[in-house]
Amino acid sequence: MRIDDPFAFPFWEAARRHELVVQRCGACFHHQFYPRPFCLACDAASPSWVVCAGTGTVYSVTTVHLPLVPGITPPYQVALVALAEGPRLLAGIIGQKVRIGAAVRLAWRERPDAPPLPCFTAEGENA
Amino acid sequence: MSAPLYIAGVAETPLGEVRDHNELSMVALAAREALAEAGLSLRDVDGLFVNYMGEEGSVQVAEYLGITPRFSDSSDLGGAAFEAQVHHAMAAIQAGYCEVALIAYASRQRTRRSRSVAARAPAMGVPIMYQFEDPHGLPLPIGRYALIAARHMHQYGTTREHLAEIAVAARMWAQKNPKAWARDPLSIADVINARPIAEPLHRLDCCLVTDGGGAVVVTTAARARDAAKKAVRILGAAESHTHWHISQMEDLTVSAGKRSGAEAFAMAGITPADVDVLEPYDSFTITVLMALEDLGFCKKGEGGPFVASGALRPGGSLPSLTSGGGLSYNHPGALGLLLMVEAVRQLRGEAGARQVPDARIAVAHGVGGLFSTAGTVVMGRE
Ligand SMILES: [Zn+2]
Repeated sequence: MRIDDPFAFPFWEAARRHELVVQRCGACFHHQFYPRPFCLACDAASPSWVVCAGTGTVYSVTTVHLPLVPGITPPYQVALVALAEGPRLLAGIIGQKVRIGAAVRLAWRERPDAPPLPCFTAEGENA
Repeated sequence: MSAPLYIAGVAETPLGEVRDHNELSMVALAAREALAEAGLSLRDVDGLFVNYMGEEGSVQVAEYLGITPRFSDSSDLGGAAFEAQVHHAMAAIQAGYCEVALIAYASRQRTRRSRSVAARAPAMGVPIMYQFEDPHGLPLPIGRYALIAARHMHQYGTTREHLAEIAVAARMWAQKNPKAWARDPLSIADVINARPIAEPLHRLDCCLVTDGGGAVVVTTAARARDAAKKAVRILGAAESHTHWHISQMEDLTVSAGKRSGAEAFAMAGITPADVDVLEPYDSFTITVLMALEDLGFCKKGEGGPFVASGALRPGGSLPSLTSGGGLSYNHPGALGLLLMVEAVRQLRGEAGARQVPDARIAVAHGVGGLFSTAGTVVMGRE
């Protein structure tokens, strides 16, 4: 599928390589996601893309009981994950259920019609 | 000090399941009824405020009503738009841009079956939410409210029973309101045992889907001099919003109501202890719990024990949701306008079996979007 958002293109290009990227400010080193052409923390222009470590902790999580996405069978979990770099990412949880505070690790959900989607799995679980 | 402004007329549209009207005819009925209360007519309206009324909302509604406004506003602040529009109307009237402001809304979400929680396609379109949030299957909007509830429970020990008490209190009020949609008895256990949607929120933590709407007229004392009913003074109003994407909400346990509430209360010169009736937006049970804390009726994190005391119920220390709210009275996609209709009726002493004795100060607190927006209006009986 075509990526219609030119500004998010680097994110999805990295996703094809199974790399999760966020922006880092060259002036104050603040990390941010989703991408913008300026730093939310210090207003400096042109933050650059950096690859994340792929680790984080669950800030909040819900278990959904509705069939909303083809290929994802309810009940399934969706979490707000605080990345080790700082920004939060909304992401599906793959595998065993997690609780708030749990350590999680990046995992990828392959999609037939779009680049891989960054998800997370409980730390220690075999992805 | 600016000249005092008033809500001089309020009305509901037909409610429930509306099969003999469309949205615009519903708005027309409510607008004419509210203006009649104010001693005015559609010909007097020079400021028009609407939300969610199709393409070019205020333009369509103005044409339908035969209004050529000199101040026009279709601000989309979700369910809080109408409280925010009272704030906008105050600014416009005080600046001399209009004198008679009509705020109106109607929806037939129930009859049209237009409410959907599904994620949208295509996944890679320009809207950021389509790319980064929708593909994970977080239902709109309840999934965001569920994440907030889960975080609040984790951080402060709030329980599902605490949340359920809010739905039970709303139902007790609805049983006193002949216009309420859901009036059967409801217990804490019923709410706990309802089917889960997005945990920790279950079916009965969620508002209704009904048809409905209403109208509110904001104007000056001079223009309200022929009002058929006692006008209610607007003591304060304010608005704010914090985020659209849930990943961008700085603290999931603090809503935009913290700011709108503080500013509206400061403008009114009141404290939470002065409030006789509270009409908090109850899209979900957690929405009310957060409002109680963010408006200062209890400390942050103490919303659970506060509601467990029975405070919100008829006869409680803070009568709230007195129409039955979105949980039991009516939720036409956006409830904010009807919160003010109920507050005004309480202040006028027109609320019948659900009347709060000697209500002198009422607060309507709208919350909308993905727990994004808030608008607070403080009203007083003179
Ligand atoms: Zn910076």
